[in-house]
Amino acid sequence: MVTSLKEQPLKRQPVYRNIHITQLTSYRLPPAGWVSILHRISGAAMFLLLPFAIWMFDTSLTSEISYDEFRSVFAAGAIGLPGWFWKLVAFALIWAYLLHFCAGLRHLWMDATHAVDQRFGHISALVAIGLSSVVALALGAKLFL
Amino acid sequence: MSTSFGSRRLVVGAHYGLFDWLAQRVTSLLMALFTLAVIVQVLMPGALDYYKWSAIFSHQWMKVLTFVTIVSLLYHVWVGMRDIWMDYVKPMMIRLALDIFTLAWLVGCAGWAIQVIWRL
Repeated sequence: MVTSLKEQPLKRQPVYRNIHITQLTSYRLPPAGWVSILHRISGAAMFLLLPFAIWMFDTSLTSEISYDEFRSVFAAGAIGLPGWFWKLVAFALIWAYLLHFCAGLRHLWMDATHAVDQRFGHISALVAIGLSSVVALALGAKLFL
Repeated sequence: MSTSFGSRRLVVGAHYGLFDWLAQRVTSLLMALFTLAVIVQVLMPGALDYYKWSAIFSHQWMKVLTFVTIVSLLYHVWVGMRDIWMDYVKPMMIRLALDIFTLAWLVGCAGWAIQVIWRL
């Protein structure tokens, strides 16, 4: 007797799914996972802040007058927002750049050497986060203090 | 041909799906080179004021390197943002709209940045 596919008892197959958004707070990501998602977040953030970056490039370079205008935005503020807010935006841009830079170098190193064992992934992830954060905080201190 | 598939396929050919991957890496190296060039010149002796800053970008080689960086950025970010939309946005029309927004945003920004270097 031929049974149709529908009538056959379903065999239990293991189901693998991406984590759900509600699990994000309880899911413990390894350092390599953090670098991976931060690489993406920092890239997307820089994409959205691109006009701000080019505005800085433009006003700081075009003339002495625009250079003073550039400086005054971070001191006196602009479009209703105080100077420290714009410094904070610049700081976010610096941190995102450094993180993306270090995570990118890590990728290039892995691509070039095929160094893809767990130990290297773990250590290089910690170095990428640590190094970029230290340099970002040093530049942040120069920016704010 | 034995070299047209697998790990030995021709990198400079077309339509292997490898080009964007490679382009993203090559453009990242070009942008890293630009970053290094700026940092080295900023750290040269002398206070960092308008004159020192604008002098850095006044050399023709630096303008060309900046131009290469802007075009690299355009392509690098296009590949990256397209990957993000492909991962998280499934409806075709929304993804297409976001792709168009991304392209318009990037081409607009690149045009602005290129204008800055050759106005100097």
